[in-house]
Parts: sequence; C-alpha cells; structure tokens
Amino acid sequence: MFRYLLSRLLTFLPTFFGVTIISFAFIRMLPGDPIIVMAGERGVSEERYAELIQQFGFDQPIWRQYLDYLGGVVQGDLGQSFVTKKPVWDEFFALFPATLELSICAMIFAVALGLPAGVIAAVNRGKLFDRTLMSTALVGYSMPIFWWALLLIIVFSGMLGITPVSGRISLLYYFDNPSGFMLWDALVSDQKGAFWSALHHLILPTIVLGTIPLAVIARQTRSAMLEVLSEDYIRTARAKGLAPGRVNGVHALRNALIPVITVIGLSVGTLLAGAILTETIFSWPGIGKWMVDSIFRRDYPVVQGGLLLIAVMVMIVNLTVDVLYGLINPKIRKR
Amino acid sequence: MPLLDIRNLSVDFATASGQFRAVDGVDVNVDTGDILAIVGESGSGKSVSMLAMMGLLPWTATITADVMSFGGQDLRGLTPRQRRKIIGKDMAMIFQEPMSSLNPCFTAGFQIKEALRLHLGLDAKERHAKAIELFEMVGIPAPEDRLKAFPHQLSGGMNQRVMIAMAIACSPKLLIADEPTTALDVTIQAQILDLLTGLQRETGMALILITHDMGVVAETAERVQVQYAGQKVEEQPVGDLFETPHHPYTAALLAALPERATSRKLPTIPGVVPGQFDRPMGCLFSPRCQFADDRCRNTPPAPCGPELGLARCHYPLNAKAEATA
Repeated sequence: MFRYLLSRLLTFLPTFFGVTIISFAFIRMLPGDPIIVMAGERGVSEERYAELIQQFGFDQPIWRQYLDYLGGVVQGDLGQSFVTKKPVWDEFFALFPATLELSICAMIFAVALGLPAGVIAAVNRGKLFDRTLMSTALVGYSMPIFWWALLLIIVFSGMLGITPVSGRISLLYYFDNPSGFMLWDALVSDQKGAFWSALHHLILPTIVLGTIPLAVIARQTRSAMLEVLSEDYIRTARAKGLAPGRVNGVHALRNALIPVITVIGLSVGTLLAGAILTETIFSWPGIGKWMVDSIFRRDYPVVQGGLLLIAVMVMIVNLTVDVLYGLINPKIRKR
Repeated sequence: MPLLDIRNLSVDFATASGQFRAVDGVDVNVDTGDILAIVGESGSGKSVSMLAMMGLLPWTATITADVMSFGGQDLRGLTPRQRRKIIGKDMAMIFQEPMSSLNPCFTAGFQIKEALRLHLGLDAKERHAKAIELFEMVGIPAPEDRLKAFPHQLSGGMNQRVMIAMAIACSPKLLIADEPTTALDVTIQAQILDLLTGLQRETGMALILITHDMGVVAETAERVQVQYAGQKVEEQPVGDLFETPHHPYTAALLAALPERATSRKLPTIPGVVPGQFDRPMGCLFSPRCQFADDRCRNTPPAPCGPELGLARCHYPLNAKAEATA
C-alpha cells in the first residue's frame, strides 16, 4: 500500500509542473497589463511605470520570470498579491474554509439524495419513479447554475421569504471565526440561533452547487446498479433467501459503488468550478470569488497560486478515490 | 407424498417481440433422497423451471402450474416474504459459474455466515464454528484461512465448494445443482460430482442435477428427465434410459456420445432447438427427427404411459422390446 501511494505521488510531479506552466502562461496571455489595471483611471507616469516593471520583474525574459516563480513554489512561497500585498498562501487559507464548508455541504446533499434515488430507480427500472427521476436528473444536469440560483432566490427568498439572499450568517451574530468553518464556529460560540442562522444561509448555495453532482450521481448510481443487478452473484444472494433490501443495499450497492465513487471524485473538480459561480451569486467569501476578482485585477501571483492549490486539491481527491477503490473492491487492491 | 411435486408448469417471458414460452407443461417429481437429473440442450428450459420454483425469475416471467408443492406446502401464491423463509433454507441452489456466482466484494466467510444468521439465527461464535464445519464437509483445506479469502483468491473448484457449503449450510431438504461442473476442469468435475453425491448420501436430501452432459448423468443420477424446447419428452430410471430410450431425441442424444460412436464421424442432431418464431405446429422435435412423418409435423403428441417412459412421441422407440420384456 505504501509503495503504491509513493508511486502514485511520483506521477503527480509532471501534473504539478504542468499546472505551474499553464497557470503561469495563461494569465499572461490575457490582454491587459497588471500595472495599468492597478493604476486605474488616473494612469501612471512613464518613469513610475518603468520602476514598477522592474520591481515586479516584468523586465526579465519570460523563462527567467517562470524559473523565479517556480523556485519560489518549490520552496513553498507562492508570492504575494499585487493588490493586497499579502502572501497568496495566507489569503488562500483564510478563504478556503468557506469554500470547503459549502462544497462539503453540497457533496453531502448530492450523495445523500443521489445514491438512494439511483438505487431506487434501478430497482424499479422502467416504472414511474425511474422515469420521473431520470428526466428530472437530465433537467438538473443541463440547467445553467446562475439561472437556477436566481430562480431559487426569487422563489424562496423573494416570494416566500424563508431563506436569506446572500452571505454566510446574519449580521446579528458576531464571534471569532478561528476555524473558518462558520457552522462549527457558530456552534461553539454559545450564541443561541447562530448555528441555525449559518445553516439557513447555507441552504440555497448548497442546493445550487449540489444540483449538478446530484444529477450525475443519481444517473451513475442507477446505471451501475442496473449492470450489477444482472450479475450471477445477485441471483446467489437472492437464492439464499435474503430480503430485497439487503440484496440491493449490500450485495449490489457495494459493487456498484466503484463507478459512483469515480464520478464523486470527478465532481469535486466540478464543484470547485461551480463554486466560482455560486459564490459570486450568493456573495460567499470563498476562493471562487477570490479567483474571479484576481483575474479581473490581473493579479498574477494570486491566479497562479490559486490555480495551483486547487489543482493540488483535485489531485489529492483523485488519490483518495484510488485508495477507496481498493477498500471497496478487494480485487482492485491486488494490482 | 413426494417432497417436490410440480405438475404442468409453464413459464412465459414477456419480450419486446411478444410472449415467449420457455417452459411448456413440465412435470417434476422428487422424493426425499432422490437424485434426479434433468437433461437437455441449451434453451430447453431446464434452469428456468427450477428458477421459477425458487422464485428467482425476473418480473417479466409469468409462471403457471396445476400443482407446485414442496414438503406439502403450496408454492403458488406465496408472498415473497414467505418464500424467502423456504429458499436458501429447505431448498437451495448452486449455479454454473462459481467464479461469478460469489460476490467479489465480500469474503467467503461473510457470504456463508450470512445464510447461517438469516435462517438459523446463530450468534457470531456459532456461525464461525458452523462455517468451519461446513468448509470441512465440502473438503476445503485450511478452512480458517479460506473463510477470510475473497472469491478472486480462490480457484474455480474451490469457489464451487464454497457455493456448495453455502447451499447445504441450513441442511436443505432439496439441493438443485444447475450445471455445477460445466465451468470446471475435467479433473475437478469428478471431484465436485463425488462431493455432491456423497453429501446427498450423508444427509439424505434430494438432489436435482441440471446438466447437458450425459456422462455426468450416467455417473450420478438415479432417475433422468429429458427436456426439449421447454417440454419434458421422457423420464426413466438411468439404467433403462441408457438401455432403451423411447423418445427419438433421447436416442439421438445418446448416439451423439463419443463413447457410443460406431463410425469414424460422430453422429450429430441436425438443426437447433426451435426459438420464439419457428415453433413447429406438431411435435417440437419433428423438424430434427429422422422418423418424423406428417402426423408428427401436424399433431402435437401426448405423453405415453409410464411403461414407455412418458415419452412425448407418436412413435416411441423400443416399444416392442418393452412389451416382450
């Protein structure tokens, strides 16, 4: 197992360097000069411009700039934001818990609903529940996130007034936020109602962010279950006299989980991409919004560093998924 | 009263192109301690009739029977819950492909103990002891280790032994073995058959052996029932069947045995089992039968009397020999 992990980690190296190159190159391909953007409408004098070019190292050849950047990355230094002058690392970890909290909630929402829905649809293949669920999932998967978000806001916040429109917690509550996870910090802050307020604020963003993974997981679970249900060992399980709940929920589901775990892993990438839209719509102070703002400001170090950290997260999730395969299906563990 | 009594069992499948009759008026009779072999080509409805009795067919199947009783209990109209009390306990089944019949995600021990907990309500310790005892009974060496093994870590023969151990876990009154040796090496085949007949002798359970291998039939069975295209065409004690087959299909099957070949070229039965769309009007075997005439092609034959092996034929073979004997 340890050797396996080590070999997997080695394959991460090329991906890691690839991401540094791509993020470094792409942000520079965007038209727009960070110094001009920083100066704003006032403009900047020619001498000051030359001075700043030198200060940020833009006068160096591009390969030199990249090597300087890479040198920093290897030593764990992602540079500092052009705009706030704070280290990228610190900014990222100040904002990441908000994104993580939202993503975890969205994932729980998607898995908790999608998995059972897929199983029930597969067991009742071709019946009304199956057909309703599959067409609903198709709609959910095809729906633009921002449109869905606005629709939910109009109905639940505007017309019914039962959910807040934006933010993470009501302004009535104030407490230290050491972990960055609002739900947890509210719970230990011993202010009555703080936790409920935080939870309340999570409802709509969770639904919006979780809708696409929910649809994907439900469809994948259904098709994986359908395949497994026709296997010989399912007949064996039924021939033992096991109840349908146990045959479907234990014997079939365990085997069907492999492809489902795969799409759950892949959804994490989608989730981070979706977080950009969701966070922007709900003014959620997470990394999605932070990245979008940095792109508009041509804040090179933030964009590069942020992309790299997100890529590393996705790689870690993929590795976790691979390890999970082995735990679920011992046959895979052997290889 | 026989242990298992099935009369006029029919199974229809709803397919995209209409109804398909897989089993057509089959009778099965088994007494405690019997070994019955059901023989026939692929698609003759051998497995389907047994799966129908176990309630293991998909919902597209329609099952009808005049009588279907097991140990005095009517199997027709049982609720799924009532049926689950019987199958896996009093009536167990093992299948053709041992490698795919065990769940790859669970250990052999988990899968056998599951049945013990469900039907016998044993606690963890008793289950473990019983599982080891069962593994020893079916000749699995080092049972303690094998309990922890996953199916992919065991050989095909070993997996089939696990399947057998699982099937006999709750001391069933009837064991149905659906082509238990087809997927195995020849050397292992003999071992598994010996094991099955040995267990049958020891426990006194009834054994139904579904096979298309006449060699297997000769070695194991006491009584043989030949099925063709969903119908039972003949039934006889094993010795008499090999000696004096009454149905031309049985005779043709026996003639195709390599051991019985007299010419250099092995005789075969021309054609294939009729499918959904080319079902003959008269005798189902008539298009392939060398003795068939117009009567065979137009009028479906009724089964003859027991002295002619219940042969479903207008012109049963060896009729005279039987009469003079």
